[in-house]
Amino acid sequence: MEIGLNHYLILSTILFAIGLVGVMRRKNLLLLFFATEILLNSVNIAFAAISHYYGDLTGQMFAFFVIAIAASEVAVGLGLLIVWYKRHGTIDLESMTSMRG
Amino acid sequence: MFEAVAFYLFAFLTIAMFFITVTTSQALYALSALAAGMIFISGFFFILGADFLGAVQIIVYTGAVMALYAFGMMFFDTTREVKEKKGNKFIVVGLATLSAVLVVAIFAAPMLSSNVLALYPAIEGAGNTQSVGLVLFTKYLIPFEVAAIMLLVAMVAGIVLAGKKMDLSLTLLNAEEIEQMDAEINKKVLS
Repeated sequence: MEIGLNHYLILSTILFAIGLVGVMRRKNLLLLFFATEILLNSVNIAFAAISHYYGDLTGQMFAFFVIAIAASEVAVGLGLLIVWYKRHGTIDLESMTSMRG
Repeated sequence: MFEAVAFYLFAFLTIAMFFITVTTSQALYALSALAAGMIFISGFFFILGADFLGAVQIIVYTGAVMALYAFGMMFFDTTREVKEKKGNKFIVVGLATLSAVLVVAIFAAPMLSSNVLALYPAIEGAGNTQSVGLVLFTKYLIPFEVAAIMLLVAMVAGIVLAGKKMDLSLTLLNAEEIEQMDAEINKKVLS
């Protein structure tokens, strides 16, 4: 049984769906960040698979830039989260509803 | 044959780990499962012949990002159980699956409609790391430099945001001094 591009795309879809479920149902911001990491990783798998099956290196390049963006997102996000936690003592999403009318 | 066995093994393990990450109520379990899933994803990269990407995945994600999360978790109260949103499960799962399929369809449609030509084909006789370097430092040099500046900005932002009041230790102060400090901060924020 040969593993083709479709196998990888389906796997990427499944992982993306898992990440989206996490984004929708999590209330703790730290675990929300974990779910976004899953989203970024599932897209990376699709990029690497397309790069392999078309013999083109562009997909791998984009996967590198996605990894760089994920790293900087974690740095800035965790910094903001620490500031919020110092000020409010909680990182639940419900504590950020100050703009609800 | 071995490729198929490896693919299905890693696919099962990755899906199981990420499922644990989004469903568990313990933040520590979620962190460990996410780190394990990242390592299994690097297995896919090695199967696909993207050796350098697999190594970068292990180093950056499980080395740096997960360590940063573990470090950040020390600041937060993560020992208690995590509360979840109460909502219709079927709507959440259905919407997530639908949007994931849509995203893949959007990306796959231009590939299927026209025959894709390789812009930067793999160089004959060069390993993966060598060809990645050749493409990255010729065609993608400017995005590479921009990514470097972005990482520098993110580093400065992280230090500025998290490093406030790092010169004094909260454990060495007594309660009155901490309260006085809080009052000063609140005064500054309100004014």
